[in-house]
Amino acid sequence: MAEKISQETVIKVSRLARLSLNTEEAEKMTAQLAGMLEHFRDIDALDLADVEPMTQPYPLKNVLREDVIAPSLDRDEVLGQAPTAESGRFRVPPTIGFDV
Amino acid sequence: MEKLVEIASGVSGGTLNASDVVEEYLKRISARESEIHAFNLVTADQARHDAEKIDNDVKAGKKVGALAGVPIALKDNMCTRGVETTCSSKILQGWKPPYDATVVTKLRNAGAVIVGKTNLDEFAMGSSTENSAFGPTRNPHDISRVPGGSSGGSAAAVAAGFAAASLGSDTGGSIRQPAALCGVVGVKPTYGTVSRYGLVAFASSLDQIGPFTSDVRDAATLLETISGHDPMDSTSIPQPALSLVSVLDQGVKGMRIGRVTDLPEGCEPDVLERLEAAFDALRSAGATIVDVKLPSLQYCLTAYYLIAPAEASSNLARYDGVRFGNRVDAADLNSMYAATREAGFGEEVKRRIMLGTYALSAGYFDAYYGKALKVRRLISDDFARAYQSVDTILTPTSPSVAFKFGSKTDNPLAMYLCDVFTIPSNLAGHPAMSVPFGVGVDSMPVGIQVLASTLGEQAMFKVAAELERAS
Repeated sequence: MAEKISQETVIKVSRLARLSLNTEEAEKMTAQLAGMLEHFRDIDALDLADVEPMTQPYPLKNVLREDVIAPSLDRDEVLGQAPTAESGRFRVPPTIGFDV
Repeated sequence: MEKLVEIASGVSGGTLNASDVVEEYLKRISARESEIHAFNLVTADQARHDAEKIDNDVKAGKKVGALAGVPIALKDNMCTRGVETTCSSKILQGWKPPYDATVVTKLRNAGAVIVGKTNLDEFAMGSSTENSAFGPTRNPHDISRVPGGSSGGSAAAVAAGFAAASLGSDTGGSIRQPAALCGVVGVKPTYGTVSRYGLVAFASSLDQIGPFTSDVRDAATLLETISGHDPMDSTSIPQPALSLVSVLDQGVKGMRIGRVTDLPEGCEPDVLERLEAAFDALRSAGATIVDVKLPSLQYCLTAYYLIAPAEASSNLARYDGVRFGNRVDAADLNSMYAATREAGFGEEVKRRIMLGTYALSAGYFDAYYGKALKVRRLISDDFARAYQSVDTILTPTSPSVAFKFGSKTDNPLAMYLCDVFTIPSNLAGHPAMSVPFGVGVDSMPVGIQVLASTLGEQAMFKVAAELERAS
């Protein structure tokens, strides 16, 4: 399995997860994740080459329904729960012109 | 604690007043809730209003449902239209869902009176409710101890007599473990038997809703009411509601009960003693105890703590400060996402998002998540082999009785080990339930777990009913 997790990796992963961990949090998280990943190495001993991955407990395929017109959620009620809304839409900060 | 079935038959028969029942429960809540903290919200006015309507219906000779006038508490991760639903997280504090979960609709249609929303570990991630953003729930049997988790509020509400029953959700043991620690019955049904529509998602291939009650008959009655196919949940099994109450008095004569000979280590002696007593009771009632081996069980913790955080990291991406919940303002979109999530999520939720994101990230996917899915298959195969020779399996629910506050908070792995006996059923999608069976150290309740194969609820309830008769 992979090498021990570094603080650099933790910070990279936190960016992927859209979490802005501070240095102290990143340090603590690195130690805790390393401990857990160490424990998780127990499955390295298993021969899994011919094992089919199990993605769902009760396999159902192609779950479809009739396309029936029915009322959906009330727009005002939905937008009323958003942090900010304007003219029937969600309002967000600028999305272009900034580095991602 | 009154029984759910007695309240329902009394109210529908006109010998009990739903309004009197709800007042009695609200009185108990005001007397002891400040000490227990089972609830995030008590919906007293709505409960009084609903109870009055049921009384009027009974007086008018209208037909009322199977749960008429029964006070029920809901874990605060089930959507209630117009009523705050927080998941015990700051990020959702104040959010009022624009729709009801299917279980909420079913409860209302059956005449249940919802008394409040119960506390949980934030987003159902934890085994003690110590991860709630709004403070922990205390165990009604000893307030220096945890009630278990994540559905600790729902378990404590029933144990304290704040509600005749409650609903919880179970991803790795979050119904069964708190049920055991609080001395009540808790059921995780087969994956897909109870609709997840309106249950805030934690790990979608593992989550399942189920009841907490003070006895097995109440659990059977409540589960019959909330189960059944729902077109709003694409993982819902296309079959009618479960039929359970009719089997409760059938006994266990001739049934084969599995004893796991390679049970993971770490279980306290007082709990193992109760397990042996449970086997003795079933043997005396005419069941045969059969040894079974589940060699992959020792890997369940690893599989679960890779799969559940991976699914959670994806599910919790929706908390972005745009469509619902709270936002921390920032100059651009990505900074707003990060500031919102940093301020809104607690430590354990962040830890699981990080673990899951890492396990799914490029370069590590095959080593962690991919392997975990294969181990999940091994565990499922182990069970399939065992169920060729037994009808149900008995294990402890939790390795120990309720522990003291703070005793596991500094060591996430120690907390995760609380789930070692409950996780396998979630990975396999099987039903499992915890039944109170005497006490362990310091007279704290011990729960015995009854496991069965997919849709094996009838066999499971027969055994649970027998254990209850023997306890």
